[in-house]
Amino acid sequence: MTDSRTEQAPPLTLTPDVLVIGGGPAGLSAAAALAPRVAGDVLVLDREKEAGGIPRHSDHTGYGLRDLHRVLTGPAYARRLTETARRAGAVIRTNAMVTHWASGLAVDVTSPQGRFRVEPRAVVLATGARERPRTARRIPGDRPAGVYTTGQLQNAVHLHHQEVGKRAVIVGGELVSWSAALTLREAGCSVVAMVSQYKHTESYGAFNLGGKVVLGVPVVNRSRVVRVIGKPRVEGVEIEDVDTRRRQVLACDTVIFTGDWIPDNELVRTGDIALDPHTLGPVVDTALRTSRPGVFAAGNMLHPVDTADIAALDGRHVADQVVRWLATNSFPHSSAAVPLLAEKPLRWVSPSLLRPGDPAPPRGRLLLWTDEFMRVPRVTARQGGEVLSERRLAWPAAPGRVFRVPWSILRGISPHRGPVTLTVR
Amino acid sequence: MSHTPGSTTPGRGPSPVHDIIVIGGGIVGSAIARELAGHAVSVALVEARSDIGDGTSKANTAILHTGFDATPGTLESRLVARGYDLLSDYARETGIPVEHTGAILVAWNEEELAALPGLRDKAEANGYHHSRLIGADEVYAEVPALGEGVLGGLTVPDESIICTWTTNLALATDAHRRGTDILLDHAVTAVTVADDITTLHTRGGDVHGRWIVNAAGLGADRLDALFGYDRFTVTPRRGELFVFDKLARPLVDRIVLPVPTKRGKGVLVSPTVYGNVMLGPTSEDLTDRTATGTSEDGFAFLLGKGERLMPRLLEEEVTATYAGLRAAIDRSDYLIEADADQRYLLVGGIRSTGLTAGMAIAEHVGEMLTASGVVLKERDALPPPPAMPYIGEAGVRPYQDAARIAEDPAYGEIVCFCERVSAGEIRDACHAPLPARTLDGLRRRTRAMNGRCQGFFCGSAVQQLLNDHTDHDTEQGCARPCHEVTS
Ligand SMILES: Cc1cc2nc3c(=O)[nH]c(=O)nc-3n(C[C@H](O)[C@H](O)[C@H](O)COP(=O)(O)OP(=O)(O)OC[C@H]3O[C@@H](n4cnc5c(N)ncnc54)[C@H](O)[C@@H]3O)c2cc1C
Ligand SMILES: Cc1cc2nc3c(=O)[nH]c(=O)nc-3n(C[C@H](O)[C@H](O)[C@H](O)COP(=O)(O)OP(=O)(O)OC[C@H]3O[C@@H](n4cnc5c(N)ncnc54)[C@H](O)[C@@H]3O)c2cc1C
Repeated sequence: MTDSRTEQAPPLTLTPDVLVIGGGPAGLSAAAALAPRVAGDVLVLDREKEAGGIPRHSDHTGYGLRDLHRVLTGPAYARRLTETARRAGAVIRTNAMVTHWASGLAVDVTSPQGRFRVEPRAVVLATGARERPRTARRIPGDRPAGVYTTGQLQNAVHLHHQEVGKRAVIVGGELVSWSAALTLREAGCSVVAMVSQYKHTESYGAFNLGGKVVLGVPVVNRSRVVRVIGKPRVEGVEIEDVDTRRRQVLACDTVIFTGDWIPDNELVRTGDIALDPHTLGPVVDTALRTSRPGVFAAGNMLHPVDTADIAALDGRHVADQVVRWLATNSFPHSSAAVPLLAEKPLRWVSPSLLRPGDPAPPRGRLLLWTDEFMRVPRVTARQGGEVLSERRLAWPAAPGRVFRVPWSILRGISPHRGPVTLTVR
Repeated sequence: MSHTPGSTTPGRGPSPVHDIIVIGGGIVGSAIARELAGHAVSVALVEARSDIGDGTSKANTAILHTGFDATPGTLESRLVARGYDLLSDYARETGIPVEHTGAILVAWNEEELAALPGLRDKAEANGYHHSRLIGADEVYAEVPALGEGVLGGLTVPDESIICTWTTNLALATDAHRRGTDILLDHAVTAVTVADDITTLHTRGGDVHGRWIVNAAGLGADRLDALFGYDRFTVTPRRGELFVFDKLARPLVDRIVLPVPTKRGKGVLVSPTVYGNVMLGPTSEDLTDRTATGTSEDGFAFLLGKGERLMPRLLEEEVTATYAGLRAAIDRSDYLIEADADQRYLLVGGIRSTGLTAGMAIAEHVGEMLTASGVVLKERDALPPPPAMPYIGEAGVRPYQDAARIAEDPAYGEIVCFCERVSAGEIRDACHAPLPARTLDGLRRRTRAMNGRCQGFFCGSAVQQLLNDHTDHDTEQGCARPCHEVTS
């Protein structure tokens, strides 16, 4: 769907060495690490008015621990990453949206300064992830005003200082759901309930306890929203207990649909880049190569969704790999690549391709998503029906946030015995 | 021509008497107002809601029908066929997005297969001669993603997809430019018919006219009762739909129709002019004329159908869901009748084909008025048809247009990323002759916020732009809400 039928080459063409699409933590960190190390330009394009990605409107603390070793608010973190990339020599253009693949690694861009084409030698996709809105969750009912995702809520409150309602229901029990609660509190909106399908409230770990005590948010577990009610403004949501099927209506004037992530994968799909059916981001190996030679990916589009510092560290990691590609122009044969599969209750694993001789993944960790809570998880890796290794981890596997597993669990796998399956008990 | 503003605003001069008042600002009423305003009469369009096209006309399947499957000999069959031609031409003149994709009727069982030749004969009887019977192989060659079990098909190469929002807006804008007074927020609640002037009592004040045309869609029977009639009842027949992500578009490049039954046209899979894929609609008779919500049963039914029709489609993300209400009535044809004594004309029962037939209905209404003694003398020097903002996917959108961006950078500033709507388009929609005043109005004029993220990225920015532009109107002296749009 590259729409080549309506596309004409725009008048202007830029030829940086590297094009980074997306100026969030992943893209900016990649650009900062790359700019001093490549001969030509490193160009970062972002479609927003300002670079920085999601943290720009996530106006609370909790950013930067693992990459900067300090704790900042989202906006401060975003500014800092932007400045670091600029100072390192990266060219950052905002209000510039990549709209199409042209041919090869070339893309077309729309900006107020005009349409232009970029023909780089390497591309880093860092377009992030977003929450599924109510429609994508297929929840029926009326179509009233007052329905948001956390992203829209934070944008409205922190960037545009718009009003939201007085009584909100938060749908979802992920880390970001607590982020929504913080934002609502700041906007003077009380939380009627947080509705979550998960069984254990403790599944959200310390934040949950803190959340309940500090924010006073009542949590309704094992429940799902089956209807949105109200015209023209939200009047309530109907929820169902998934065990007893009992239903009740929670009165509210605002509903926030949180979590349930999907990568912004339009360029992946329209670029004929192999898609991971579980993350819905591109398939990557531990060098963060996609299936298309010269196209790399980093950040939340690979693991929807981890914290910003992890995305940033992806960016640093991918920089080394891009430098290597620019020097050698070589793309490994896929014959010996071993696919990594996640088995229930795990939903996905990232990266999901191992090639002999490749580097360890970013931070030496595999990132996984679990649908069940396990306080003392035991992770098993199997290949060809045989247990390769088993590890008991000292941290819980909890739904609603990324579960990290040391990469050493894969030690000893054979490049020739087919896919490796990971599971947790 | 009367150019006096509506009578309802105090201090705005004497209350005018319009030669003809059309009630209802949907596709049908707007088309009628536009048609009549092309003659030497003064026209007003009276609409209950605060925007044009906010009723049934905003929520349909947006197919420009050939009329191949109408009941031969009916008024509907004639007006749909004529409407197809009129609207196709009008779309070319105004820039309403249309794609002539063609359709295939698909038979999934022996009974349906046996019905196909009869449908082709019916098409012939309706004057439509391009249909062809094809085998299962050919069906799969045309639409490879169809589910298993297709037995055969019938092609309808001229069925097309269109933008219902732009159609309604173009007709109303055109009517407006031809001098029609457009009175929004004027729900008609009572009627007084006097010797030669009828007064409509509305929520926005009284409006006076010599002739009244009732094109009130779902409300047409109730208005009819205000004129003393008891001849029909409107049953709201709900249709629910799924709109799938644009990334599903390669799966479906033409309309895939089921074999129609007595209950209606059934569930189809169709591309949209915005580049999405649609699955629906359901068909369910209700009593509540405001029940435009979607339902669990409706979703389950559609997903069941989709599973059979095109299982791969269900793996795609859903971008939007919605429901529309058809104005079904207890007879099998349009109900268009004039009452010369009361100087009143009813346009009722425009069920599931009104988008296509609207312009032909307007033409027909003009003829009926003439037959009833109204003098409709064509005006020369009509303003040219409006050039509508292009919100389709097949042509060049502003964000793709280097020359246009060079002239006005606002078209290069993309605000809604999923639908690629620029700040320039949002600005234009807020300052158009029939401006957007609400987020929903803006969505229908630009597609902003209609995309896969439903506002995650752009929602608050779009709201901000809307606020800024409508505040701007206030400064110019048009106190908000300035619903009344007069010529
Ligand atoms: C509401 C919310 C709260 C959060 N709270 C926290 C928290 O407290 N602490 C924490 O550590 N993490 C938090 N996170 C997660 C954190 O924000 C992400 O991990 C991080 O932003 C991911 O970085 P990224 O670079 O992968 O993607 P993003 O930050 O999403 O950046 C992607 C960028 O790509 C741009 N882009 C996309 N497509 C195109 C295109 N075609 N052309 C040009 N540009 C494009 C986008 O405009 C965007 O700026 C939160 C996330 C959300 C949504
Ligand atoms: C699910 C569905 C699918 C459809 N698919 C197609 C299709 O593919 N192709 C096609 O050609 N047609 C289709 N249709 C039919 C088409 O949408 C309708 O026939 C058409 O929109 C009817 O237009 P209208 O102007 O008569 O009604 P409306 O758009 O409902 O306009 C009537 C207007 O009258 C106003 N009104 C009512 N009462 C009063 C009052 N008392 N005072 C003032 N104003 C009043 C209302 O507010 C409304 O705006 C479909 C319909 C549905 C529901």
